[in-house]
Amino acid sequence: MTSTFLPDERTGPDVDRPPPSATAARGRGRRRAYHWLTAVGFQLPALVLFVVLVLLPILFALYAAFFRWGGFGMPSDYIGTENFTRAFDDPVLLGDLWRCLVLVVLSVALQLPFALATAVLLNQRMRGRAVYRMLFFAPYVLSEAITGVLFSMIFAPGDGLADQILGGVGLDGLGGEWFADPSMVMATLFLVMTWKYFGFHMMLYLAGLQSIPKELTEAALIDGANAWQRFRSVTLPLLAPTLRISVFLSVIGAIQLFDLVWVVTQGGPDHHSETMAVTMFQFGFKRYQVGYASAISVVMFGISLVFALAYQRFVLRRDLEGATTTMRGGGK
Amino acid sequence: MTVRSKSRARRTLPLHVVLIAVGAVMAVPLLYAVLSGFKSTDQLSGNPVGLPDPWVVSNYTDILGSGSFWRLVGNSTLIAVATTVVVVAVSALAAFSFARFAFRGRELLFTLFTMGLMFPFAVAALPLFLLLRSLGLLDNPLGVILPQAAFGLPMTIIILRGFFREIPGELEEAATLDGCGPFGFFWRVLLPMARPALGTVSVLAVVTSWNNFFLPLLVFTDSTWWTIPIGVQQFQGQYSADTARVFAYLVLAMVPALAFYSVAERQLVGGLAAGATKG
Repeated sequence: MTSTFLPDERTGPDVDRPPPSATAARGRGRRRAYHWLTAVGFQLPALVLFVVLVLLPILFALYAAFFRWGGFGMPSDYIGTENFTRAFDDPVLLGDLWRCLVLVVLSVALQLPFALATAVLLNQRMRGRAVYRMLFFAPYVLSEAITGVLFSMIFAPGDGLADQILGGVGLDGLGGEWFADPSMVMATLFLVMTWKYFGFHMMLYLAGLQSIPKELTEAALIDGANAWQRFRSVTLPLLAPTLRISVFLSVIGAIQLFDLVWVVTQGGPDHHSETMAVTMFQFGFKRYQVGYASAISVVMFGISLVFALAYQRFVLRRDLEGATTTMRGGGK
Repeated sequence: MTVRSKSRARRTLPLHVVLIAVGAVMAVPLLYAVLSGFKSTDQLSGNPVGLPDPWVVSNYTDILGSGSFWRLVGNSTLIAVATTVVVVAVSALAAFSFARFAFRGRELLFTLFTMGLMFPFAVAALPLFLLLRSLGLLDNPLGVILPQAAFGLPMTIIILRGFFREIPGELEEAATLDGCGPFGFFWRVLLPMARPALGTVSVLAVVTSWNNFFLPLLVFTDSTWWTIPIGVQQFQGQYSADTARVFAYLVLAMVPALAFYSVAERQLVGGLAAGATKG
């Protein structure tokens, strides 16, 4: 699909034409400049908004991270990489990294397979399918802050619903302090995150499953493949692009986790549920060590960047290749 | 019931048992909150899981009768609508240019925007706060609206660009022959045709803004402009002893989001799927 507003630069070099006269070339040059200005003019509002409110702040954090700075005036007390060496010596920040990894592993090992299983179940023709789908996805539209308050009350020690149910079925021993117990707080948070987010991943998988042609699984059925073999050898490979995106979103979500933790525990008890974003918030907004908090932002930025680039390079590349070939072939 | 449908019902029975169990885990926390809101706090500690006896409606009616709750609803609505208008308008212009023009620097610019998808908001939160402070936008709704719109750009542009590309080039030629300039084509042909896509990205923007907590927490230091998520957190802190009232507040705070979801489910799900696959 080419645009009529401008000869496509990628396809339109004037290789075979005779050299144009000087005036014609000047006229075309002027028209080209005009078209370029029109095209970029449409971009301008978005570009200004994006540069000023997204890019500049990130670049500024990169700069401020090299200063000892309380956040007022311009940073002037340059201290080199001290903030970074401090961050990587800080057991809280190292703990944040560890907890982020734990959440990613738990999500990939438990939450996403669970979402996949529900998606496969709901991909069959059955009564009430739309109701289940709607119910499982519903928590996704609730604010993380509201979800956090709800579950802080459900997991209130003793009086909360969780302990009441466990007590009611004679499993008092399993209940406990939940968010107040250093050894249970991450597991409890993960339960809440699963409640809130598995429906989102399920929706993505359902969309992916519905784009798999029925003929393929039917052909496998005729070839004598059982349900597991059909899933393992036909469905799963074709769903791989969706799975990769879903893992990506899950990791980015774990890196920036803030709202839920802040509302429920503020990182406690004794930093046992703290995340990078919470640590950054504590130093930047509560203790006015803005230089150090910027360094933590930069660490988050670096981790997201390295992860995103590596993921794109090694995992998503095949999907993108697929996407560009379809784009050229099918016009989509 | 025919034999065949009976056998199918038997086959799907274990399936339903599993799904109902999952559904119960999803629904029970919400139902528990609704019922607890109908109890007094004394009743709640004596009878935490049963039905309310008697049903107390004052928790709900007191909140609905207070101006502060409606103020939160109004603030959240205003901020969500303004964010949506800004992000959709600005993204539509940019997506039009990405989809229908070939120009030098296009791919570079597009990569720049897509990179925005990879970076968590938390990375920019601190310097953004400093910037807003120096611009005097703290305790000003624009201090939330504009950054939310800026962070919404990548996803919105990607989805709209995909949609704009699918509109046949012949239409553009016809419009040009009829004397339409680029903006005329965009305004009179492309936008009306793109209504479903605009609906999808608008729903995404509304939900994202409605649920945002971090940015309003940073920007609004006093209660004038608080949005619902901030209000819920504050209310829990203020009334922590009156558990039943907090439950009622939570339920009322969830109602708008769930109501909106029940109306706009199709756009929301379609938008999320499109965003994930096209991103």
